[in-house]
Amino acid sequence: MDLDTLLSFDWGTMTPEFIILGVIAILSVADLFMPKHVDRKVLGWAGFAGIVLALVSLVSLIGTETTSILYDTFRLDSFAIAFKLILLLGAALVMLLAIDYRTNDGLEEYKGEFFYLFLTALLGTMFMASSGDLITLFVGLELLSIPSYVLAGMRKRNLKSNESAMKYVINGGISSAITLFGMSYVYGIAGSTNLREIAQVFGGLSDPQHIYILGLAFFMIFVGLSFKLASAPFHMWAPDVYEGAPTPVTAFLSVVSKTAGFVIILRILLSIFGYIPVAQEDGQPIPLLFAVQDYIAFLAGATMIIGNVIALRQRNIKRMFAYSSIAHAGYILVALTAMSFVTFDAIWFYMLAYVLMNLGAFAVIQVITMKTGSEDISHFAGLYRRSPLLAVGMGIFILSLAGIPGTAGFIGKLNIFMGALMVDQAHYVLVSIMIATTVVSYFYYFGIMTQMFFRPAASDEKIQLPAGTIAVILITVVGTILFGVLPNLAIDFMHSNFNQFVDFMR
Amino acid sequence: MDFNYFLTLLVFSPLLGILLLAFMPKANESGIKMLGVLATLPSLILALIAYFSYRGGNDLANFSEKFRWIQFGGQGAEQQGIFTVNYELGIDGFGLVMVVLTAVIATLAAVASFHIKKEWKGYYMLFLLLEIGMLGVFTSQNLILFFLFFEITLIPMFFLIGKWGYYDKEKAAYSFLIYNGLGSAILLIVIMVLFSRTGTSNIEMLSVMMNAENAPLFAPVSESLKMGLLIALLVAFGVKLPIFPLHSWMLRVHVEAPPSIVMIHSGILLKIGAFGLIRFGMGIFPEQFAELAVLLAVLGVINLLYGAFLAFIQTDFKMVLAYSSISHMGIVLIGLGALNEAGIQGAIFQVVSHGLISALLFFLVGVLYERTHTTTLANLGGMAKGMPLASGFLLAGAMASLGLPGMSGFVSEFMAFLGLFEEMPILAAVGTIGIIMTAVYLLRAVLAITYGKAEREFVGISDIRSFEWAPVLVLIGLIVLIGVYPAVLSEPLQATLETILMGIGG
Repeated sequence: MDLDTLLSFDWGTMTPEFIILGVIAILSVADLFMPKHVDRKVLGWAGFAGIVLALVSLVSLIGTETTSILYDTFRLDSFAIAFKLILLLGAALVMLLAIDYRTNDGLEEYKGEFFYLFLTALLGTMFMASSGDLITLFVGLELLSIPSYVLAGMRKRNLKSNESAMKYVINGGISSAITLFGMSYVYGIAGSTNLREIAQVFGGLSDPQHIYILGLAFFMIFVGLSFKLASAPFHMWAPDVYEGAPTPVTAFLSVVSKTAGFVIILRILLSIFGYIPVAQEDGQPIPLLFAVQDYIAFLAGATMIIGNVIALRQRNIKRMFAYSSIAHAGYILVALTAMSFVTFDAIWFYMLAYVLMNLGAFAVIQVITMKTGSEDISHFAGLYRRSPLLAVGMGIFILSLAGIPGTAGFIGKLNIFMGALMVDQAHYVLVSIMIATTVVSYFYYFGIMTQMFFRPAASDEKIQLPAGTIAVILITVVGTILFGVLPNLAIDFMHSNFNQFVDFMR
Repeated sequence: MDFNYFLTLLVFSPLLGILLLAFMPKANESGIKMLGVLATLPSLILALIAYFSYRGGNDLANFSEKFRWIQFGGQGAEQQGIFTVNYELGIDGFGLVMVVLTAVIATLAAVASFHIKKEWKGYYMLFLLLEIGMLGVFTSQNLILFFLFFEITLIPMFFLIGKWGYYDKEKAAYSFLIYNGLGSAILLIVIMVLFSRTGTSNIEMLSVMMNAENAPLFAPVSESLKMGLLIALLVAFGVKLPIFPLHSWMLRVHVEAPPSIVMIHSGILLKIGAFGLIRFGMGIFPEQFAELAVLLAVLGVINLLYGAFLAFIQTDFKMVLAYSSISHMGIVLIGLGALNEAGIQGAIFQVVSHGLISALLFFLVGVLYERTHTTTLANLGGMAKGMPLASGFLLAGAMASLGLPGMSGFVSEFMAFLGLFEEMPILAAVGTIGIIMTAVYLLRAVLAITYGKAEREFVGISDIRSFEWAPVLVLIGLIVLIGVYPAVLSEPLQATLETILMGIGG
């Protein structure tokens, strides 16, 4: 590749990534030269400014033609923009939480690393959203994973944090390896790593031997990636890691990292396995993806049941939210199973709602756990008396997570139900499981409500909130209610700007 | 006269009260209570305006309003006019009657809430939210909006029971939440199946589409699916109504919730079940409903007898009234099961009449409890000596409840049984035992309270005073008015009744 080719690429499509990359570089150098006693918070604010800048540049890219650069390995299509919006929004909020996060177990000295490792992980997720090639997909995945492992173990002198990093890195390594193994089959048969070329090759595939191998490849890729989603049966790491990791990292894992997981799954599944014909019906080929629907449906059901039922028994709020986030991965998998014409809408909207409500909840959790030094749910007792803002905010997030009307979470679920029921073989069982487990989730969600509103507080001392946390809570509360009452603000925005993601594979 | 936004104003006017309350200082008890009552007045006045303007010849269709709200599935779907959910409010005769009933009882219950001892501010805010939910339920023109309001009633009730109830309040709150949560979950499945199959959730459109020969459905709805959906509806609303054996939660709520909330609960919330069955069950699935008629009548008789016999052996006055509610809801089912004009009219009459009567009785329970701090029959006795007026009103309420001619209870029981005797004389004859039992248990309980031996000296007990006059007089006035001049109800209901009868084939 000579200089002319290099310059001929439309690098503007990568502006958001470049901004993040630049900020990472600046932060790491600044951290190196900054005197020890200077508060690293300023680095956090710089990082936040970088994310906002990237968000602005991304918004300005909306409506541009679908472009791909670097020989089709990096695509900027409506799908990429739509999901990067959510990723950046989530990351900005997490950054605010991270700035306000303090513990007494040795995080202070590493606060600088904390910020730029976090941004690196974000960069990975953005690459995943834009990749048009198996290689960039995998690089993005690892770019997300490796900083995540470090972040989980950031509280050096905390045993649980150490344990969580260890568990995360081993499990994560295995799952990456499995994904990569699955990808190697795809490459072996298609002879290319480019998603579009693969799709073309696979469209004309007829050798049953090949289809069999690709079936295996599908299972391996799906298994590997379901680790990132924390969906069953690869959810076991989540409770331990969520509990051990610093709270902002937990928030990041449960929101941004999970969104990235769905992004990569959609990319791979739709662009590769949506084109392999496995059988014929009425002269129409049935793609592999439809043939394995039952399998995904089974996993979705299992994920919802496991997540919601085990959450019932948790006393540790972070573990409870780990299981709750497993359950939510299950809900989104239902949308993936259905493969109706609203699947993209449903996943996008649900992710948006989930970013808002879950990050808001984690903001409250962070305040409470920092204040009391314990993660037991009983420390939420009497929160309403100590800080009405926190309690009402948390109440709204919980209602949204539980899918009560008037909140974004409800509209998200509605979208998923509709998708699952409108397809020709309506997924009645799956929808019933989803609804039944939602009712089960009332038990543990409203358990927090009981603590906050019914139980007396141990002390009546008012809780002071840092400015960043207040901002996060206000933004997420407003968003959760706004998209719950007027969901069309988001849905119309998506329809008019992303046009049903028609350019997804073109 | 221009009625734009009339219903929106009517439904959401309590919101103004909520906002004003939010700025009231917590300690200002009398101010908060006054504001709480005042905030229920706008919807009452508007409801009465609607009623009288309708009696004055104004068409109810003038009140309806409609805005585009949520669009699922992108512009393609929008152009075809499917998967659009509008914000649409409207009332027919039945809805009008229910709205008036709701507004009246809400205002009276707000007055009854003067007895609340703590945290008046939160109480009234939740109370007003509950009122919005109830008014919305009776005015929604599509199923998704209906569900939204339906669930909005759930959340305030959970808190109102769990925080302001009696000894076992949290358990009662949870049992309310879980039973009703399951009920609404089943309702949601029905709604979403209908929506995803037909592309619309408008109630009128649905009743046309489900019964037309070649309706343009998005996906087919088989006869067996329709039957399944109706049975699901029956279960969903059966929890609310409540139909035996789905009633156990309702007993707890009746006993543990504060009397002012039970006025609302027994007076209106239970009626949402009947409203739903009539509006959606009969409206959308008339043919299937006719097939289930016998089952409904049998369930009705079971409810009637079961409630009556168990009411007879209760030792607590609240339990007597709770079982009496179950028994009286049996009459609604009997009327619906009869499936002729008299029966359905009787059922709707019973819905309204029981709402007024149970509100009256529970208001008096509140008055009694306020003074004696007990509701056990054995501890009460000889109340006629200390509080002759209250005892007199209690007797009047009991008389209305057991169906004394000249009071509203008589009209509804008479009509319902008239209907059933026409269709299934034997079943109706069995049912009449329930009527006799009603007289027995009510007189037993009320006479024990008013004339029985005074077990305890209630020193310095005061009779009905100041603010307590208003609810008692208004309720008794309405009960007698309906009993003497049933046309106040039957005339607005006539049109609705004709529509229903036309649907089920006359």
